[in-house]
Amino acid sequence: MRTWLRHHALSFAHTIRRFATNPVASLLNALVIGVALALPLGGYALLANVQHFARGLAADAQISLFLAPEASKADIAEIQKRLRGTPGVRGVEFVSREKALDGLKRTSGMAEVIATLRNNPLPDAFVATLAASDTALTQRLEQEFKGLPKVAYVQADSAWVERVSSLLRFGRTAVILMAALLSFALVAVTFNTIRLQILTQRDEIEVSKLIGATNAYIRRPFFYLGILQGVFGGLVACVIVEAAIFVLNRDLDGLATLYGTDARLQLLSLADAFTVLAFAAALGWLGTSVSVSKHLSKIEPR
Amino acid sequence: MATDIISFSKVCKRYPGGYEALKDVSFAVETGEMVFITGHSGAGKSTLLKLIAAIERATTGTVLVAGQNVSSMRRPAIPFLRRNLGLIFQDQKLLYDRSALDNVMLPLVVTGQPWRDAAKRARAALDKVGLLQRERANPIALSGGEQQRLCIARAVVNRPNILIADEPTASLDAEYADAIIDMFRSFNQVGVTVLISTHDDRPIRRLNPRVLTLHRGSLA
Repeated sequence: MRTWLRHHALSFAHTIRRFATNPVASLLNALVIGVALALPLGGYALLANVQHFARGLAADAQISLFLAPEASKADIAEIQKRLRGTPGVRGVEFVSREKALDGLKRTSGMAEVIATLRNNPLPDAFVATLAASDTALTQRLEQEFKGLPKVAYVQADSAWVERVSSLLRFGRTAVILMAALLSFALVAVTFNTIRLQILTQRDEIEVSKLIGATNAYIRRPFFYLGILQGVFGGLVACVIVEAAIFVLNRDLDGLATLYGTDARLQLLSLADAFTVLAFAAALGWLGTSVSVSKHLSKIEPR
Repeated sequence: MATDIISFSKVCKRYPGGYEALKDVSFAVETGEMVFITGHSGAGKSTLLKLIAAIERATTGTVLVAGQNVSSMRRPAIPFLRRNLGLIFQDQKLLYDRSALDNVMLPLVVTGQPWRDAAKRARAALDKVGLLQRERANPIALSGGEQQRLCIARAVVNRPNILIADEPTASLDAEYADAIIDMFRSFNQVGVTVLISTHDDRPIRRLNPRVLTLHRGSLA
């Protein structure tokens, strides 16, 4: 166990030294990986922000229930109770026909029209605010509410919810595709780096095999190199995306003061950053293992 | 009965392309023996030594080293076989990107020895071959004889049971060659089994050791 730990510490020290002796090449590799990762990561950050923004808008994903004219006070109370008890409904607001008419009167140009009416043509209504703006829930509740007694008409603004969620779905697919493609690039870059490293250390590998080094011992520093390079690449990607968001936010600040809204992009969360680093490390590991299994066995002492 | 530490029985080695380097070779080496292998270049001396270290595998026949069948040994077991062997190569195989001391330390580092112990033992090995003052030198800065001695230090640093040297005196003048051979003899005197291939009959005349002579792949 201690021997094993010592081996790891030694390989790690070797890898760091190798990075240090070759700073330009190591930096360039990390940059290539970083830029490749920054594209999907940036896409993800943008998407997360749009999603956040959309959630703010679609927070009013609502279903309106218009009651039949003959609905009594008791019916209204009953429906209100039923709505409150429905899972998936966050809030219920009762809009009486008088209140609705008042609201309409305040709309410019409508007051004159309404004044010509002899009686209030508007029905009583409920507005149910949903807990989540997802299409399936909206459709299900819409059907459910249609079955309530004394409910004449149900209207869900699901079209908007649907449009946003399908757009987000499209964006997510695009980001995933991009990430998958560029992951291949990262694996390829690692594969090549490790191949070159194996070739430059050919003599050392051969001698190590001759004096009784196990394959695990010989492989270990290459895995460290591949994983470390991936992690550095991931760091570069995070820095690029954070910097881009920072710059974009400066421009958005101008817009925000003009329109009186708070439209700032959120920075990557710590969890996101860790995920990216772990993902980059995993890809580095993958590239290394492919490269090592392909190239290391070819170096046998003669 | 003295124990055989190395034994070949009916060993043939055919290289891809059909060249037969060894034909039906059988012999045994007892623990603590010192054996010279002679023959013209191309007679199969190097191949025979490589079979012991599993650098090459026998085409047919069995090679036993310390009771283990090397000719059918699984790959993962090979490093552990080699840790019991001290190998000295014709082309030396020193690493020129590190000091003499680091070269000697390598076999210990590979087996996970603590750095401090490894350095101590490596210095002791360098001392035995008379290179302690040159521990910081790069091997490229050493003379041919010094490089050969460095190889010996690396081969003996983990106290192997068997020393195998392929043409260790090939490029050295007579006086220096004698010193190298004497060094092997002193390791043999403390119980190490030594196999040396050479085409130089000087040490054989001088020491009168056991000699195996190869002629076109067969033992004469």
